[in-house]
Amino acid sequence: MDERNITYMFYGLAVAWGLLALYAVLLGLRERDLTKQLDTLKRMIEEKK
Amino acid sequence: MRTKVILGLGAVALPLLLRNLYVIMFLVPDEMEQGPIYRIFYYHLPAFLVAACGYLTALVASVMYLVKKDQKYDAIAVAATETALAFAAVNLVTGMIWGRIIWGIWWAWDPRLTWALISWLVYFGYLMLRSAIDDPTERAKNSAVLSIFGSASVAVTWKAIEWWRTQHPGPVLSIRTGGVQKIDPMMENMIYVNFLALLLLGVIFMLVRLRQEEVQREIDGLRRYAHAAN
Repeated sequence: MDERNITYMFYGLAVAWGLLALYAVLLGLRERDLTKQLDTLKRMIEEKK
Repeated sequence: MRTKVILGLGAVALPLLLRNLYVIMFLVPDEMEQGPIYRIFYYHLPAFLVAACGYLTALVASVMYLVKKDQKYDAIAVAATETALAFAAVNLVTGMIWGRIIWGIWWAWDPRLTWALISWLVYFGYLMLRSAIDDPTERAKNSAVLSIFGSASVAVTWKAIEWWRTQHPGPVLSIRTGGVQKIDPMMENMIYVNFLALLLLGVIFMLVRLRQEEVQREIDGLRRYAHAAN
């Protein structure tokens, strides 16, 4: 492989993978938060019945 | 059922993404004039194509919502839009890194770049608008209208490299050049293969986001029920 611009090539590939990985992590965190909220609400409603 | 589909798609997408990364890093040849930096292109262009698919899905779902008034279509539209924004961000940032080397600058107010940024900002505004409206029906209606207007900026972004021949390279894929081969067939094939891998990833993101939207609606419904019961 030619050595020209190789650092920037790595930056580019790292950014592409990094941004998609970041979005996947954000989706995972939101999923966890929503599941927790849903469980809490269901429990609250059950307790009130 | 949807979890199985997501896991199945993941089982195909992840090995394909890793295989493509290996091929892009070690097997495809350098571009003669640009050197290794050209390899960014294997993510830059497919990411744009996946984002365009997401914007198109959002457009269709928004039109369907306005016709059918079914909240399901609103959920599809927001899931597609958010996924498209993630891939559009990859497209914009990888393009900036490529531009820093090839043009000597991080950003140029070239029509293609400008319209790609405008599209990103319009759809980011779409998400902001949604968070500002509480009523689900009003939110879905206003979001659908904005999404339909926003799709015009995506169409201009798509055609910008044909309408204005400025700094951004012109179309290179033979499907857009009427069969004229502008790049080596091996390079073009690699773009399609990585597009497939990123598209699978995009579908996974969209399905997960769609499920979250449905859970959010269930939570909102339970909150209203709990509030009414008090």
